[in-house]
Amino acid sequence: MVKPTKVTNSIRSLRFAHGEMTQAELAERIGVTRQTIIAIEQGRYSPSLEMAFQIARVFDVGLDDVFQYPQGEAEE
Amino acid sequence: MAFEEKRTWIMLVMAIVTYVIYAIIVLGRIGDYPISELPYAATLLWTLGISIVVSIVLTMVAGITSPKGDVGRDDPRDREISRFGDHIGSAFVVIGAVAALAMAMLEWDYFWIANEIYLMFTLSAVLGSVAKIAAYRKGLHPW
Repeated sequence: MVKPTKVTNSIRSLRFAHGEMTQAELAERIGVTRQTIIAIEQGRYSPSLEMAFQIARVFDVGLDDVFQYPQGEAEE
Repeated sequence: MAFEEKRTWIMLVMAIVTYVIYAIIVLGRIGDYPISELPYAATLLWTLGISIVVSIVLTMVAGITSPKGDVGRDDPRDREISRFGDHIGSAFVVIGAVAALAMAMLEWDYFWIANEIYLMFTLSAVLGSVAKIAAYRKGLHPW
């Protein structure tokens, strides 16, 4: 449970690149609480694949542009 | 703090406070009765009833003081954390049920059986709540 995820994300920078979208606005767009967005941004919660796609769709980018899984980590 | 995390804190605190008050009242009667004949049923029901009412009031206060978008939203993270906590807490319910079964077969006094079950329900609520709060604070990674 407490093992940190190896998946990183660019949600914070994507929010700022999209008109400084607030966490509350992003939460509203995908129908979750602001605390869930905060937890995802800080790597304390790994969203479902469906929610990951919803987040990517809000920013109109691909999943890889939002979530990254470093190659070195994947080979471990 | 998420509304559901506030609710979990309320449940944790109320479970502990209720049990401590119950234990103080019941154990305070030692001397007047043999331990296995201590009156407990009315105290148990009253403390539980008051605890439920206080929990409802505190949850309403938490709801009023939380941001509008946080209350009543069907959030997948809250759901997963809730399931995780319930799964952890259920261990004590099972242990309590098995112990109560054994105590009944061995014809222990009702006092011990009832109090063992109540203690295990409390421990289940406490452990489940601690697991949920840890998941909220430290993280939950279902992948």
